[in-house]
Amino acid sequence: MAASKSLVRSESGKVRRVIVVGGGLAGLMTVIKLCEAGVPVDLFSLVPVKRSHSVCAQGGINASVNTKGEGDSPQVHLEETVYGGDFLANQPPVKAMCDAAPSIVFMLDRMGVPFNRTPEGLLDFRRFGGTLFHRTAFAGATTGQQLLYALDEQVRRWETVDVEDDRGERVAGEKMVRKLEWWEMIGLVTDDEGVCRGIVAQDLKNMSIVAFPGDAVCLATGGCGIVFGRSTNSVINTGTAASAAYQHGACYANGEFIQVHPTAIPGADKLRLISESVRGEGGRVWVPRDPKEQRAGREVPESARDYFLEEKYPGYGNLVPRDIASRELFKKCFHEHRGVYNRESQRNENEVYLDVTHLPREILQKKLAGVLEIYEKFVGEDPFVNPMRVFPAVHYSMGGLWVDFDRAANGSLVMGSPRNQATSIPGLYACGEADYQYHGANRLGANSLLSCLWAGMVTGPAIAAYRKNVARSAWDMPSSLFEKAEKRERKAFEAILALDGAENPYALHDELAHTMLVDCTIERDNATLDKVLAKIEEIAERSRRVGVTDTAVGKMNQGAQYVRHLRNMIVLARVIALGARNRDESRGAHFKPQFTQRDDANWLRTTMAFHKAGANGENDAVRFVRAVDYTLLGQRVEVKDEVDTTLVRPRPRKYETAGAASTAAKG
Amino acid sequence: MADDRRARTIALKIKRQDGPGQPGYWQEFAVPWHPRMNVISALMEIQKQPVTASGQKVTPVVWECVCLEEVCGSCTMRINGRVRQSCSALVDVIAPGDGPIVLEPMSKFPVVRDLVVDRSRMFEDLKRVKAWINLDGSHELGAGPRQSPESQEQTYPLSRCMTCGCCLEACPQVNPSSDFVGPAAISQVRLFNLHPNGKMHASERLEAVMGEGGVEGCGKAQNCVEVCPKEIPLVDSIASVGRDATKHMLLGWLLK
Ligand SMILES: Cc1cc2nc3c(=O)[nH]c(=O)nc-3n(C[C@H](O)[C@H](O)[C@H](O)COP(=O)(O)OP(=O)(O)OC[C@H]3O[C@@H](n4cnc5c(N)ncnc54)[C@H](O)[C@@H]3O)c2cc1C
Ligand code: SF4
Repeated sequence: MAASKSLVRSESGKVRRVIVVGGGLAGLMTVIKLCEAGVPVDLFSLVPVKRSHSVCAQGGINASVNTKGEGDSPQVHLEETVYGGDFLANQPPVKAMCDAAPSIVFMLDRMGVPFNRTPEGLLDFRRFGGTLFHRTAFAGATTGQQLLYALDEQVRRWETVDVEDDRGERVAGEKMVRKLEWWEMIGLVTDDEGVCRGIVAQDLKNMSIVAFPGDAVCLATGGCGIVFGRSTNSVINTGTAASAAYQHGACYANGEFIQVHPTAIPGADKLRLISESVRGEGGRVWVPRDPKEQRAGREVPESARDYFLEEKYPGYGNLVPRDIASRELFKKCFHEHRGVYNRESQRNENEVYLDVTHLPREILQKKLAGVLEIYEKFVGEDPFVNPMRVFPAVHYSMGGLWVDFDRAANGSLVMGSPRNQATSIPGLYACGEADYQYHGANRLGANSLLSCLWAGMVTGPAIAAYRKNVARSAWDMPSSLFEKAEKRERKAFEAILALDGAENPYALHDELAHTMLVDCTIERDNATLDKVLAKIEEIAERSRRVGVTDTAVGKMNQGAQYVRHLRNMIVLARVIALGARNRDESRGAHFKPQFTQRDDANWLRTTMAFHKAGANGENDAVRFVRAVDYTLLGQRVEVKDEVDTTLVRPRPRKYETAGAASTAAKG
Repeated sequence: MADDRRARTIALKIKRQDGPGQPGYWQEFAVPWHPRMNVISALMEIQKQPVTASGQKVTPVVWECVCLEEVCGSCTMRINGRVRQSCSALVDVIAPGDGPIVLEPMSKFPVVRDLVVDRSRMFEDLKRVKAWINLDGSHELGAGPRQSPESQEQTYPLSRCMTCGCCLEACPQVNPSSDFVGPAAISQVRLFNLHPNGKMHASERLEAVMGEGGVEGCGKAQNCVEVCPKEIPLVDSIASVGRDATKHMLLGWLLK
């Protein structure tokens, strides 16, 4: 912005704000960093931010503090994260994240997160998948909830702080954070040059549609697990915002990498997670050696149990990374029909035992109560006495909106660079599970909370720098720009309200989810994927003939909202399934029985997808590219799909051997 | 046997309301039973088949839910007269005789639509009691204060409050003619006043609950602990904050 102008007030006297969409960990961290940089924020969320999906996280957050004197370090953390992700992650952002991790956990501690403690009063750490070190800080087994609350409290505090103008004087009636909860971002506002100038959002209490200017927009809108229907995700995780941005022209990256968590409880509405921390604290996975074993789990003697993960992977045992554990469980149940036998149904169900009954009750109560409670509440069995019955479930999206990074000479990030976390639409940023940046082809447990917080810490300063240097503020743009966008979205919503076809949108989502879940998760066969793709096109076509289940105007209307989410999910499903169809190799969570090897020569690269809207009533399509170019603050940036592997050279993954995941670690 | 069970239907009686300030009315539904059914999955069935028990086509019931594992607090409602989360309300447990399961919105908050209520006042109350640590900033400042495992064991349960509103719903002192802040916010005062850094601003929080609508408003009915899904020791919290507030008032007066 021109130096003579006020950074705080627009020409018409309004406070210049930026927009953060999403109040999970990533969004809230971004808000805090922005406020500290003096940037006023409008924060949008589908639900009161304290109820965001981040509350679900159970197990913990990684940081190589080395409290246990095992020789852990951020370098080892980097190596293991990259190795666990099968070398698909760009390494500089991962390095920066791992280096910052200890200070992030200390910050959370200062904010009052009730982390578990060692007898000396230091932070306690436990083990998680893909490492041999005690690296995961935790607050009981509701770590995500505790972290989210700590940030929520800090942001609430910023809600009470007045905006100051350029001379340091308070601006009456204007607070640093303005929360718009129960507001859904439904579209972007971009100007003629394609620069993002704000969003269009809908008030979910009365469905009114309003355009909001913002000098930059950050999407911290979480993952898209609900594309697969029942999963470990919260029901609001439809990926609708990321999908809207993608349809507006943002690049979506590595969509095909969807993490399936090995241990969840089968359920009618949700597949509730049983955290990896259960295995981190010593929980063991097994099935009876005899597939027709009739005795209850607790009565099966040791000699009749097959601890198949420990046997096959003596190095990491029950704590092999999730992609591997899920495939092994799937193999046991689907291919070998060795799931736990159920006397009532008289067949081997798709369930294995996850057993903590050998562990001391006191430890379980102190460290795992939150998770074990969930099992007890929802299954009605006591996990202290009976081995739990679990099966894999869709859990996390490694893919997401493509974002850039600015590499520093030392292999880390240039902090404060406006390129960090920038999407391919100038002025639009993304962070948290909504971005694709930190986990490659498979995320290690307890690295997500970390990546959300870290990405927020990077995005805040990036946006502050962008805002300072942008040639013209959104707040000085003509109102016609916003009116046009508002009109566009109103028209789209009215069209939804007018839908009176025969298809029920909820039932259609069930169909989509079923095909995605059964044929596009743990094992992906090309011929089957072709069928999945055909099914997606069929569903896309039928989605035009849905009948909206609620036509209420001027009041909360979840039926109409759902149609929008459904359409956006169909778009993402196509990106995911096509990405999977194209990638003829196996890497991390993406496994093809026809191509069981990783193929670095052809596929050590980021999948980059752009939306191609269908003309004249045709279905949409995906355009895959080998490079993204965009213009940021007047400078053209081109980024190829090559992965930056300059810090840790790619090598095959072998979790059979202890210590294989990092050269620095001793087994 | 298996087939019998599949043919079971569960009866639901749901109180509906089209919008804020509008009159409520009842509708009945019969939903096919399925294994591991809870109130949420029953409501999801109504979305797919929005037809009442008497065959009338209606708009699906509107309700709020997010995490479905009783940790976000969203899906709180009155179920068979008792306030609780609907995700953890298992049909086989609450309706062994196939119902009817009676669903109503919470009564202490304004209804937005059907079972959705607006609990913003609870978040505003958290502002009022300054339920936060006064952080200097999120920059690097080294490790936080050491804390004993015992102190963690005391604060962690208090910190699990998900602002669900059950305790306010059950509290007779929370009603249209009182401005009692309710148990949840008072318990947060205790939580932050226990923290080594939070302590430094204990008096501000105590003062926030000393006046009108503060801790004195508690009528000791003890309904709150009964309904709190996180088993937070709310009665202890209220007693402890009450004691501290009295002490603060006396000392504050002496020091003047
Ligand atoms: C059961 C479970 C357990 C987990 N345990 C762990 C763990 O132990 N350790 C770990 O590291 N990770 C864990 N994870 C992963 C981790 O919890 C998530 O990846 C992380 O919390 C995502 O945070 P986020 O900030 O990106 O998004 P979220 O927390 O999902 O927040 C998204 C926000 O965006 C808002 N939003 C979305 N769309 C819109 C829109 N259109 N308009 C307005 N607002 C919108 C939502 O309201 C919400 O506020 C777990 C995940 C699950 C499912
Ligand atoms: S104290 Fe308990 S009942 Fe009250 S809001 Fe918190 S979790 Fe809900």
